[in-house]
Amino acid sequence: MDDIQKLEGAVKKLDAAQYIIATIGNEQFGIDISYIDNIVRMQRITRVPKTQKYFKGVINLRGVVIPVMSLRLKFGLEEIEDTNATRIIIIKPDNVTPLGVIVDSVVEVLTLDEADMDKPDNTDPRMQHIAMIAKHGDDLISILNIPSLTVDKE
Amino acid sequence: MDVSQYLEIFIEETKEHLQTLNEQLLVLEKEPDNSETINEIFRAAHSLKGMAGTMGYKRMQRLTHDMENVFSEVRAGKMTVSAELIDIVFQCLDALEEYLDNIVNNSDEGTNDNEPIIQRLNAVLNGESATVPAPAKEAAPASVQTAVADVPAGDDEKFRNYKLADFESKAAREAVKKGMHLYGITVYIEESCILKSARAFLIFKNLEPLGDIIRSVPSVQDIEDERFEFDFTMYMISGKSLETIKATILNVSEIKSVAIKEVNVDDYATDSPGNNASAVATVDSTEVGATSKSSQAPAKKADSGSGKPATSGGSKPVVNRSVRVDIEKLDVLMNLVSELIIAKNGIVSASDAETSSTTQAVREQVEYLENITTNLHESVMKVRMVPIESVVNRFPRMIRDLSKKLDKKMELYMSGEDTELDRTVIDEIGDPLMHILRNSADHGLESAEIRAERGKPEVGSIFLDAYQDGNNVVIEVRDDGNGIDVEKVKAKAVEKGVITQEQSDLMDDKEAVALLFRPSFSTAEKISDVSGRGVGLDVVKTKIEGLGGNIEVRTELGVGSTFIIRLPLTLAIIQSLMVVVGGEKYAIPLSAIQTIEDIAKTDIKHVREKEVINLRGEVIPIIRLSEVLDIESTNTTDNLVVVIVKKGDKQAGLVVDELIGQLEIVIKSLGKYMNNCKQISGATILGDGEVALILDANALL
Repeated sequence: MDDIQKLEGAVKKLDAAQYIIATIGNEQFGIDISYIDNIVRMQRITRVPKTQKYFKGVINLRGVVIPVMSLRLKFGLEEIEDTNATRIIIIKPDNVTPLGVIVDSVVEVLTLDEADMDKPDNTDPRMQHIAMIAKHGDDLISILNIPSLTVDKE
Repeated sequence: MDVSQYLEIFIEETKEHLQTLNEQLLVLEKEPDNSETINEIFRAAHSLKGMAGTMGYKRMQRLTHDMENVFSEVRAGKMTVSAELIDIVFQCLDALEEYLDNIVNNSDEGTNDNEPIIQRLNAVLNGESATVPAPAKEAAPASVQTAVADVPAGDDEKFRNYKLADFESKAAREAVKKGMHLYGITVYIEESCILKSARAFLIFKNLEPLGDIIRSVPSVQDIEDERFEFDFTMYMISGKSLETIKATILNVSEIKSVAIKEVNVDDYATDSPGNNASAVATVDSTEVGATSKSSQAPAKKADSGSGKPATSGGSKPVVNRSVRVDIEKLDVLMNLVSELIIAKNGIVSASDAETSSTTQAVREQVEYLENITTNLHESVMKVRMVPIESVVNRFPRMIRDLSKKLDKKMELYMSGEDTELDRTVIDEIGDPLMHILRNSADHGLESAEIRAERGKPEVGSIFLDAYQDGNNVVIEVRDDGNGIDVEKVKAKAVEKGVITQEQSDLMDDKEAVALLFRPSFSTAEKISDVSGRGVGLDVVKTKIEGLGGNIEVRTELGVGSTFIIRLPLTLAIIQSLMVVVGGEKYAIPLSAIQTIEDIAKTDIKHVREKEVINLRGEVIPIIRLSEVLDIESTNTTDNLVVVIVKKGDKQAGLVVDELIGQLEIVIKSLGKYMNNCKQISGATILGDGEVALILDANALL
């Protein structure tokens, strides 16, 4: 609920996009708000056997079965216990089919200007899902390349 | 009168009437003396005429009017049903369909007068009725109107015909003593009115505050069900003046006239002792007499649903009530139900958590709530499923026409019309099926001479069978015709440059048949206007694959071909057995299950390193689901629960930890992002909101 209030409270500016800022470990990630369908608390996930390792399984969100991936596993990080802050962000990478991504927490909504962003070093394989790196005060925020999340390069 | 608001109703009802006419005409062709069918056709034509007239479609009205004339002659026994007549009427239906198409597309019936058809209709009418004395011809078309004209002495005060029952006249007397008036009222609704019962309802509603309606003929229930012609009669006690009441009634639109009069109770009462019984009988018979004509109208409605003529006219019609709903509204409803379930689950867990403070009553109510939500969920989901009948019911007519056009005798046999498919699939499947049927009729079935040579029955058979098979709905179109000449297909393909001669030599029959589904490929020597323009099967294939299904052909030269279409039940509901494996719940489609066995672990034998069991003399391999699903089995007992599944003649025993029971489930897709394990065919949402995966028994074997 508090997440939604944050969304509503966010002021929309022209020429700049809004991003949901989520954390994984001590890194901050930004997800373009236009991809986001919903943010829900951690809930019971039904395991799906013999699928990609980073898919934790599927959840039921209002009658729709949605696959859920762990961004930690996707990025090759170790898994941690779920906490009260753990969230599933429901995104629609192709604007149609929903996908859930698990993050450690959702922090805030920021309006980031394209002028404050740099292209990452795209020769680095760890950067394959990062579209941009944005500077916000002293923080660096990695802007996720959402469509690339659904492409398998394992 | 602005009728645009009725356009949608008009279109839907016209479609239904045309379908009824088509079906009944086919019946009539086989049984020219079936009076029930003749009546049915007459009634449908009559309704069409009325509706078209109201909507201002003059050409349509004229055509249906002439059609109705012909059938009123037939109904009166003054004309016999000839093959010629049937042909002409079928042409009429096509012309009407054309009008309807125009109306659907541009809200206008178009300018085609269909004069030739009308002339032929009238020719049949005159030719046949030449032997009939002239006045009969004049009188017959008006037979429906006679229901109104029957009223004695040209009096429209029909209330004179009815008597009041005991308690009614008693109440009336009481009221009159108090200075109220008893009125007899007969209301005539305009014959062009589409929603008669709604008008009648408005009248009742508007009169209610003015007094008490003590009796109505026909009964209120019959009026609500539209079981009346264009008038109804009532008796009313009121303190208001006659003018007020009359004005109130005339205030309702589409009312033609009202006959109203203050009447004397004693003239209508039947409560003098002694003649009580006989008087009641009079009332009944009058009532029956007045409504017998109108009661035929609803009978038609009931029949049109079943598509088969009723066997006897005496039974009470069962009206098939239905409402058309936008599918988006259903989706919204479905999502709301899902949210309700989630909310309910919240309450369930909250009431479980505080066992000490929760009273028994609360827990009972929660259980009740659980029941309701589960049922609600199921009902909403079922609404989306439509029987395939709505698509295939137009095929018998099509085959009949093809039979005439191609000059081949053929018969279509259909089964499994009640197989249900999701609405979205139903809408798309019609055209592909039509293509295949045409193919069977045109290319499949041989000409009569060749059939005779081959010793086949003169009449070719085409079968359309639909059934559910696991997670699929299968539609088979089978014919006993020529089959596919594989060599001819290959030769044609080489000739057209689709494949080379070398490729052709290496091809097996299956691959050769697959050539038929390539774009721009047709083996018909002659291009007929039925099929064979080379745009058939590849379109069919694309369409079916677009629906997530596939098509397969089995053929034997000289014996016939079978086209097998498999469609997934993307949103279909299936019966399944819920099982537990390693603490997780899975659903196994019931259709794949043969038996469930309790097997001692010691009964497992090993044949070539594979585990098998000997079940009543049959050796069946067993599959440990826990291994397939990468999970630890929680079964620590000495016995195994084995679910025996089959696919074709193959069998296997699936070892599960626990059985939960049978459940009706909705199949949902897992989406496109996960590399799906092929043993999982989808997921379903259980009553408590939990997701369970569906095992594909076929893939396990």
